[in-house]
Amino acid sequence: MKTNDMTKMTYRDAIRLGITEEMRLDRDVIFLGEDIGVYGGAFGVSKGLLEEFGEERILDTPISEGAIVGTAVGAATTGLRPVCEIMFMDFITLGLDALVNQGAKMRYMFGGQSQVPMVLRLPAGSGAGGAAQHSQSLEAWLCHVPGLKVVTPSTPAQAKGLIKAAIRDNNPVCFIEHKMLYDSVGLVPLDEEYTLEIGKTIVERPGKDVTIVAYGTTLAKAIEAADFLEEEGIRVEILNPLTLYPMDMKPIIESVIKTGCLIVAHEATKTGGVGGEIVARVVESEAFDYLTAPIVRLGGLDVPIPFNQELESAAVPQRNDFVHSVYRLLNRE
Amino acid sequence: MIELSEELLLRMYYKMNQARFFEEKLGELEEKGQVHGTVHLAMGQEAAGVMACLALEEGDLVSLSHRGHAQAIGFGLDVNLMMAECLGKETGYCKGKGGSMHIADVENGNLGANGVVGGGFGLSCGAALTQKYQKTGKVVLCFAGDGATDTGSFHESLNLASIWKLPVVFFIENNQYGMSNPVENHMNVENISDRSEAYNIPGLTIDGNDFLDVYNTVTKALRYARAGKGPVLIEAITYRFSGHSKSDKQLYREEQEVKEWRKKDPLLKMKEYLRENRIFTEKQIQKMENEAIISIEQAVEFAKKSPSPQLDTILADVYA
Ligand SMILES: Cc1ncc(C[n+]2csc(CCOP(=O)(O)OP(=O)(O)O)c2C)c(N)n1
Ligand SMILES: [Mg+2]
Repeated sequence: MKTNDMTKMTYRDAIRLGITEEMRLDRDVIFLGEDIGVYGGAFGVSKGLLEEFGEERILDTPISEGAIVGTAVGAATTGLRPVCEIMFMDFITLGLDALVNQGAKMRYMFGGQSQVPMVLRLPAGSGAGGAAQHSQSLEAWLCHVPGLKVVTPSTPAQAKGLIKAAIRDNNPVCFIEHKMLYDSVGLVPLDEEYTLEIGKTIVERPGKDVTIVAYGTTLAKAIEAADFLEEEGIRVEILNPLTLYPMDMKPIIESVIKTGCLIVAHEATKTGGVGGEIVARVVESEAFDYLTAPIVRLGGLDVPIPFNQELESAAVPQRNDFVHSVYRLLNRE
Repeated sequence: MIELSEELLLRMYYKMNQARFFEEKLGELEEKGQVHGTVHLAMGQEAAGVMACLALEEGDLVSLSHRGHAQAIGFGLDVNLMMAECLGKETGYCKGKGGSMHIADVENGNLGANGVVGGGFGLSCGAALTQKYQKTGKVVLCFAGDGATDTGSFHESLNLASIWKLPVVFFIENNQYGMSNPVENHMNVENISDRSEAYNIPGLTIDGNDFLDVYNTVTKALRYARAGKGPVLIEAITYRFSGHSKSDKQLYREEQEVKEWRKKDPLLKMKEYLRENRIFTEKQIQKMENEAIISIEQAVEFAKKSPSPQLDTILADVYA
């Protein structure tokens, strides 16, 4: 269906719509994971899919992440296009051998013979009181593995566009969803051919004074901060690296050349985080000469996510961290 | 038959009730939005969780599942500190950093409840290795659910425990579902205990709602493991009355099924036993129940009055 129509829907519904459309278009797309059938997925993403596609394509698995990912790799190399739901990103640890040592490397080490078109959906992030084993943002690990692609949508439209692109991609794509975004609402294109190109960083909000690079719920906090700062006449430019790996640096470098100030931010722990890589690439580039102040890196504290609600929110960057960082960069404090 | 003293029976009944009331209260608090995050209730599974722990000797260790409140109460944890942890308070077992899913009392041998399904199997092997190495004569009791026996970790751990003859008892609460997935869909063996055959260790299936069956079987299994004969796998057949968690709409099971199982409520079964055998007067039974309720009400009060952790504790305890 080709259309210019847009409809308001949640991030959750947008992911489901993307998967549904791709499953209708391509019989090779199958979906596997724990409790994705009758239960509809722990976060409700797969609700109704069993009714439409049946047990042959919506595969409720035992609690066996190693087998889920391994099966997906094997199915992908032999002609199917599996989408997997790992109930919480934290449990990708149990599927990492299949992903990192098998799926990610196969094509290269076999001299380009195989392709592994699969998607791992990974609900990540804190805020829901899941504590240390249900709240992690482990994207940096995945960004350290050539052969994988890592994408993360921050709005419903991005969610639909990226999940479709991920399913169509011929490589293993880790699709990171932030669980605090599932209920967020936005306009989503209904066009079946609407996809978002993997490997693109986008400008979420144009500005001129300070560049912020952020994604996930951290992006929403950056936008709130930018709204607030705009009332004071400060115009923040916000970039969203929809693909974390391999990352499109060009728009970031261009933005830093324009503003001279850079803040990178994410919920994942700061040490070894994706932000550090962005910073390194900026200072390696021609943008280095344009920097007018030290770069600011906002990230999660280097601690496991604590259960207590106040501690939990103190563990990750908040709106005010952006505001203060911008003030500091512009010497307004 | 193992002799049960009146004092022990009293403790059993009291703890079963404590476990039930603890979760009823916690469920209520959750309904009111006063609990951050998720809690997994084990109502209906008290005989399994509580009795298995009551069979332990002083100094034995446990690894708890994510559905671990009854297990923890059976092991002797303080309900005040448990409730405080569930509410994220400084006075809780983990200083508010763990919550319901991670209640631990390591010093006293509770190695912790586990948020990762199957996460306890390997840990239990390791803890059992320590006992064997240090010749402590202690045994590790490892709790998990039916769904957890589908993990690779379960199979690797049972194999390892078997070849090394580790003093560990794997206690599986088969409550018929791994979240929404019924046992008959998620595994292809009739009994989970059949899985023991692959590792050449004893495997037993028991009525997990029968306090005596649980107590007696675990007692024997612990004796076996303690004697250096190696691990034992026990499958306790039981049922959870509530949903997997708050957000579970329970579309995968019929209400009738829940009703049928409620008739086999382990608390009712134990009460019947006490009545039939005229072990305690009706008044004594009532008194025990009341005392259990009061202990939980006090726990809620304690937890609510307790302070939240100071913000600066956020950086504490990452490293030893
Ligand atoms: C490795 C892993 N995968 C998935 C989950 C999500 N999860 C939590 S409990 C659960 C079901 C566990 O079933 P079972 O072992 O039978 O225990 P029960 O909940 O019935 O007590 C699932 C899938 C998890 N916590 N860990
Ligand atoms: Mg179960």
